[in-house]
Amino acid sequence: MNKEVLIIGGGPAGLECASTLLMFGYKVFIVEKGSELGGHLRKWDRLFPESISASETLERLLIPSKKAIVFDETEVSSVKLKDGFFDIILSDNTELHVHSVVVATGFKLFPAEKKEEYGYGVYNRVITNADLEASFKNNSRDILQSKRVGFVHCVGSRDEKISNRHCSKVCCVTAVKQACEFKEANPDAEIYCFYMDLRMFGRGYEDLYLKAQNKYGIRFIRGRVSEVAENVDGELVIKAEDTLISRPLKVTLDLLVLMSGMSKNPDNDQLADMLGLDIAEDGFFVQHDPTINSIKSKIKGIFFAGTVTGPKTIPETLNEARSAALAVHKYLSE
Amino acid sequence: MIINGKKKIWSDYQKEIPDDHYFYVRSCIRQNFFPASEKLFLEIVRDRLNLDFYETEHHTTCGGIAYHSDTIPQETVMTIVARQFALMSEAGYKNYVASCITSFGLYTEILDTWYHYPELEAKIKENLWKTTRREFNKPEYLAHASDVVYKLRDKIASQAKYKLVNKDTGKPLKVVEHIGCHYSKMFPSKGVGGAEYPYVLTGMIESWGGEIVDYPERRHCCGFGFRQYMIRANRGYSLSNTYKKFESMEPFHPDMIITNCPGCPYFLDRWQYVIKEMEGKTYGKEGQGIPVFTYEEVAGLVLGYDPWYLGLQMHQIDVEPLLDKIGIKYSKTDKYLL
Repeated sequence: MNKEVLIIGGGPAGLECASTLLMFGYKVFIVEKGSELGGHLRKWDRLFPESISASETLERLLIPSKKAIVFDETEVSSVKLKDGFFDIILSDNTELHVHSVVVATGFKLFPAEKKEEYGYGVYNRVITNADLEASFKNNSRDILQSKRVGFVHCVGSRDEKISNRHCSKVCCVTAVKQACEFKEANPDAEIYCFYMDLRMFGRGYEDLYLKAQNKYGIRFIRGRVSEVAENVDGELVIKAEDTLISRPLKVTLDLLVLMSGMSKNPDNDQLADMLGLDIAEDGFFVQHDPTINSIKSKIKGIFFAGTVTGPKTIPETLNEARSAALAVHKYLSE
Repeated sequence: MIINGKKKIWSDYQKEIPDDHYFYVRSCIRQNFFPASEKLFLEIVRDRLNLDFYETEHHTTCGGIAYHSDTIPQETVMTIVARQFALMSEAGYKNYVASCITSFGLYTEILDTWYHYPELEAKIKENLWKTTRREFNKPEYLAHASDVVYKLRDKIASQAKYKLVNKDTGKPLKVVEHIGCHYSKMFPSKGVGGAEYPYVLTGMIESWGGEIVDYPERRHCCGFGFRQYMIRANRGYSLSNTYKKFESMEPFHPDMIITNCPGCPYFLDRWQYVIKEMEGKTYGKEGQGIPVFTYEEVAGLVLGYDPWYLGLQMHQIDVEPLLDKIGIKYSKTDKYLL
């Protein structure tokens, strides 16, 4: 079988889709904007809910996709649909002539500095969930020895003020996972989670939430953080509201972790223009048939995989990637 | 503190401030609390910097205090503001500069409301015509007077006689900046530096040699808060707000406070006396309070004006220890004679 497929994006969705297509015997190209494959997974330490190793997971995704031809640090410059083929020109001037395209460009982690009141980029001890994963990975003692730690849920998600109305889906359980892992690394730490409501939808998530409370003594405060400042000793002074007791509260912390949510990939608009696809109000791609066939686009031969159509967990992303590969196979077998 | 993080935010919230030709409107309460500040502003821009700032005796209250105290209908306050704009239009000006933060906030809010509800603007035009036979154009540019001083801060620095520096140690004075709530909290893009890390006063202090203190309650209200003070039963709440701010800034040992709002310098100044009477506590050195200034007063001190000409004898907290620290010359006997 000599038919060729282009996958745009080399994160978990792109890799899993590539593996499945290679298994069917297609020739697969992966165009990756970054210098390495793996996307956000490469930066993570462990994955919820079982805290399995992110690097081992990535390795398991990379091995079967090795036969794909990878263009790293490369982007798609133009796309032309002609006689059922896609004529693609890449940013390094490579020309491809493929039968199908899978869009798997993923998401961008919400830039936490946009929520100015939380002081990311201004106060030294305010970090993001991604920064904390890096600290777990590097066993950064400066961070992990913090005694009083706060987690702020929904940073850049469910927030009309910064035009992100959507729920980012994975931040609640990620915060609980990270809080538990922090407590394992530093049993003396006092940990507070500031949440709006906890969306523990997945299997094992509620168990993790109970474990966080019963085993680790993590304190969950229903209310949003209103502002963050530094006191004279460089500690963080957090103002929040506890909506269960209807009172404002102020706590002094050594570390504040902002749970940055999944935002649209900023390349989506340009890519949508090239491919003739639509972008929804939330900035993610519009699926042609979101309930029955979520990987289908409105253009024949173009499919979606992963978080390019909205926030998803890793298992959901991988399942969708396999589904996209099957849809490509079906399309090319017709 | 990561100063480059702040600089990034400051660069995101820069606004265009015209160089010259302004229609200037005074503040109701500043003319009573700090009468020299507005006079000084006009002296600096007109006489020192040769700029065109026009004012008229026909200007009235903007209605802002009544608006924020819930005692005036919105359309009435809009018609009052439309009349102010008519005065500007009749005088041939397009740049409108308000001395009062609440007026600035109110004008900003009304212009934004009219942008979203043009039918309301049309109704206000009709109201104004029926009541006064006046017509108005909206300002092409709306500034607060502190925006203008921010814009001119380096020119003022170039004519400075004093710097905000301790003459004995050579170290910059530690300055708390307090921004009026109505400056940028409602419309962050309308204030220099935005709402979270305003730069308008910080820029002045940096230019004039001082160092800004970033303390946890710097965003908190001064204690005026309109209904907090104006309703007698709430005055304890007003005082507790001010107390909270001073407790928060105390560990940083600030030398002085600079403000850009009519109410803030008054409440931060006067409530220190009340806190001393009630709690026996002062926040400056050797039983002194922390002196509180308007930005015009600070500009005046830097430019070498006589402190009593600036009206600093009107302050509750004695300013002399700070004047001595900077090395500003003044006559003790003239304090209440001007």
